[in-house]
Amino acid sequence: MNVIIATDCGSTTTKAILIEKKDGVYRQTFRGESPTTVEAPFEDVTRGVLNAFAELEELSGRKILDGEKIITPAQGNVGVDIYVSTSSAGGGLQMMVAGAVKTMTAQSAQRAALGAGAIVMDVIASNDQRLPHEKIDRIRHLRPDMILLSGGTDGGTVTHVVELAEYISAANPKPRLGMAFQLPVIYAGNKDAREKIKEILDKKTSLHITENIRPTLERENLFPARQEIQNLFLEHVMAQAPGYKKLISWTGAPIMPTPGAVGLIMQTIARKNNINVIGVDIGGATTDVFSVYGEIFNRTVSANLGMSYSISNVLAETGLENILRWVPFDMEESDLRNRIKNKMIRPTTIPQTLEELKIEQAIAREALRVSFEQHKSLAVGLKGVQKERDISEAFKQEATGETIIDMLKLDLLVGSGGVLSHAPRRSQAMLMMIDAFQPEGITRIAVDSIFMMPHLGVLSTVNEQAATEVFEKDCLIHLGTCISLVKGSIGKHGEKCISYTIIMSDGKRIEESLPYGELRVIPLGIDETAEIEILSGKNFDIGAGKGKPITKKIFGGVVGIVIDTRGKPITLAKDKASRVKQLQQWTKAIDAYPE
Amino acid sequence: MTHAYTPGLRIAEKTTVTSHRALPLLGDVVVKKGDLLKAEDIVAKTYLPGKVHAINAVNRLGIQPKDLREYMLKKEGDSVQKDEPIAETKPWVKMLKSVLHSPIAGTIETISTVTGQILLREPPKPIQVYAHIDGMVIEVIEKEGVVMETIATFIQGIFGVGGETVGELAIAVDRPGDILTAEHIQSGHKGKIIVGGSFIQHDTIDKAKKVGVKGIIVGGFNDEDLRKLLGYDLGVAITGSEDIGITLIITEGFGKIQMAQRTFELLKSRSGAKTSINGATQIRAGVVRPEVIVPYEKRDKTVNEGTDKPIDRGMEIGDPVRIIRVPYFGKISKIKALPFSPQKIETEATVRILEVEFPDGTTAIVPRTNVEMIER
Repeated sequence: MNVIIATDCGSTTTKAILIEKKDGVYRQTFRGESPTTVEAPFEDVTRGVLNAFAELEELSGRKILDGEKIITPAQGNVGVDIYVSTSSAGGGLQMMVAGAVKTMTAQSAQRAALGAGAIVMDVIASNDQRLPHEKIDRIRHLRPDMILLSGGTDGGTVTHVVELAEYISAANPKPRLGMAFQLPVIYAGNKDAREKIKEILDKKTSLHITENIRPTLERENLFPARQEIQNLFLEHVMAQAPGYKKLISWTGAPIMPTPGAVGLIMQTIARKNNINVIGVDIGGATTDVFSVYGEIFNRTVSANLGMSYSISNVLAETGLENILRWVPFDMEESDLRNRIKNKMIRPTTIPQTLEELKIEQAIAREALRVSFEQHKSLAVGLKGVQKERDISEAFKQEATGETIIDMLKLDLLVGSGGVLSHAPRRSQAMLMMIDAFQPEGITRIAVDSIFMMPHLGVLSTVNEQAATEVFEKDCLIHLGTCISLVKGSIGKHGEKCISYTIIMSDGKRIEESLPYGELRVIPLGIDETAEIEILSGKNFDIGAGKGKPITKKIFGGVVGIVIDTRGKPITLAKDKASRVKQLQQWTKAIDAYPE
Repeated sequence: MTHAYTPGLRIAEKTTVTSHRALPLLGDVVVKKGDLLKAEDIVAKTYLPGKVHAINAVNRLGIQPKDLREYMLKKEGDSVQKDEPIAETKPWVKMLKSVLHSPIAGTIETISTVTGQILLREPPKPIQVYAHIDGMVIEVIEKEGVVMETIATFIQGIFGVGGETVGELAIAVDRPGDILTAEHIQSGHKGKIIVGGSFIQHDTIDKAKKVGVKGIIVGGFNDEDLRKLLGYDLGVAITGSEDIGITLIITEGFGKIQMAQRTFELLKSRSGAKTSINGATQIRAGVVRPEVIVPYEKRDKTVNEGTDKPIDRGMEIGDPVRIIRVPYFGKISKIKALPFSPQKIETEATVRILEVEFPDGTTAIVPRTNVEMIER
């Protein structure tokens, strides 16, 4: 297999990459893109794919298509050996989940669905305070692509899960696509209730039974349900979307939902390097956040938080003030509102002026921040499990169900998606991620070079060597290391904050100090490392405790070492003129924009 | 050459318009193929299943779920009246009898011996689908609906709110660059669909609603006013079901933007004609744009299909385009050059671009993705 073509059919754009084996090594060589065409008047996803291929042909000089047929296998400069694809076109997979107890099985079900790359439209639980007819109405009106029904540990409650099945049956839900098809329902609950569930749902829905996602209180078993969701997504949902049947017939491996493919890559990074990773993929319609802490992988899909179709929802969710606080110049609120709406109604456009770029990057910070907040609230330990606590924990009142995201234990933050991958300067991507995620202590930051993580995720299922080689050589761009104050470190602007000594790999020594409220960048190349010793002021914590020193090996990147003494959370000046001045100082420090 | 799948809007002076009129659930189609219909005619009807009410019968009767059927006076499928007994206990002492009355008129949907619940369903709600446009039934989809066809002037807007409505078309301003103000709205506009120019404000819409205007077609509108009109910040562009008492369609975008000359002229040429509009917009997979359909009374077949729509060919030098992003937002121009190689723009991004020439002879460089193709 020497020539591979891969596409990601996003909600806005279809991206294609060409991977070629040269001198025994796989490299990503060319890239093309085109608007996704699931919409009228084309209503055929393959039109956009062909268009992206045509652009690749133009740029690479390789003949890929014979009319509308992919030429295979590759011979010389003609044809490709395999075509693979991911997709989030068609709005992705929209699911409802149901479980017996809201904070237990329903939440496990939600995690199973999110983990499979679904948008969870609503969570129905026996104890969710809604009246039965309200639950039934909700199911009927939302028209999900699929329902995941869970509930009860094996040998536990039957009544509650049967009750939920009765509600689903009464709603008699119809799928969003294809009027004649039955709605897929996955039952992944108490195995003792299976027969009853069959009686109730078998005739009205396309019922699939899989292993319980919560067989015992202490154990979650999400994999079989996730697998079933992805299978049914391909068989039932995607197959109904315009043009997918044709697209499926072209590909050499099953089409994977985009978040599923990116999740695979994130897990691979964490496993291979034995590190904790947070990843984000900011798209046009959704923003997907991934975290791998030790063995625990979590993925959330923030439906309706994105940079094109959903851009207006970022405004609705976070409010105008939160967006305006990141805009480094003075602008009218009404002007900002109109610009956001114009992007919503014409989602494929890109910023042409520097001012427009700065506005989009301000909105992106909020989309990322809100998505990460949502992720933190869902990336929690198992609920309902009794946990032994020592006396100090008991005093801290820590409960199970607390987020497992600990920014101090984070090793690597990875960004992907148009606004990050295509930021004209890499320093812009780094600053957006620092502002939105507000890392604490010492954290490496990387970005997907040209947005190809989904492609490589699906490719890894058919040719791991190609996926790994391209990922390491062409995809992951290390931006550098961020050194930040820990949450709660608040001081006065200009106050003495930290001093540090950096010993570069060539022995060069840098000794400096940085007051509170500033950003500084120290160049350190992509393959370079350095040793840093930081002394923090008595009111400031850099990871070892207030006033305590820290020494660590740090890694470079295309931006370098970013030292951030802006405090956590980052606090911006209240008056407009000072805030604009602050932002301009920070963007200048990191060389984000041309003068 | 790559194809120009630009998200262009369709504008046609005289074209065949087909419209799918479908029920949300299966039902009965009441017209037949070939019928000539008015917009107000019903084409299909059905019944929406009624609301479901759940009663925890076992708690109310003090019995075990498995025994529920023994105490039922009605069985699944039976119809019941409000307050009619549906289940009762059978104690030795009659005074101790517990009776369960139906809280609604409807039918018994489910009697569950696992949960001990009785699900009752209210009577079905009738729903009807109208033809919406004057035209002919060209296809009947059994139990689902019909496909209507008409010869009409057809204009797609970029965004709208409010549902389907029908009225006489009236032009309220002189030029496409004029702002539609409250003074332009006359009592004679009652029941009509009026066409403004470049902009409308919320107070003007209020006046139009008071007068009884059914719909407004205008170039631009402020998002601040949209929030006032809807009562909330619109997050995702899925509209059409708002109950705002009027349908608003914008043809160009948000802000003050002159309506495209051709759009304005076309609407003006059809002034006085019966017009069907729909503000429903869904900017997501399966995009739906708001529509203005002005059928011709005579169904002559000399259709001049408009070309202001996405076309399946590459962009070519000389093609007219509309620029859809700042700094040239809303301007109409002509493609002057289509350089092959990507170029650096002001943001420092390297993108595929085109060179455009404006009517005054000036030129500009624009990213290819920031234009939409329009008619020659």
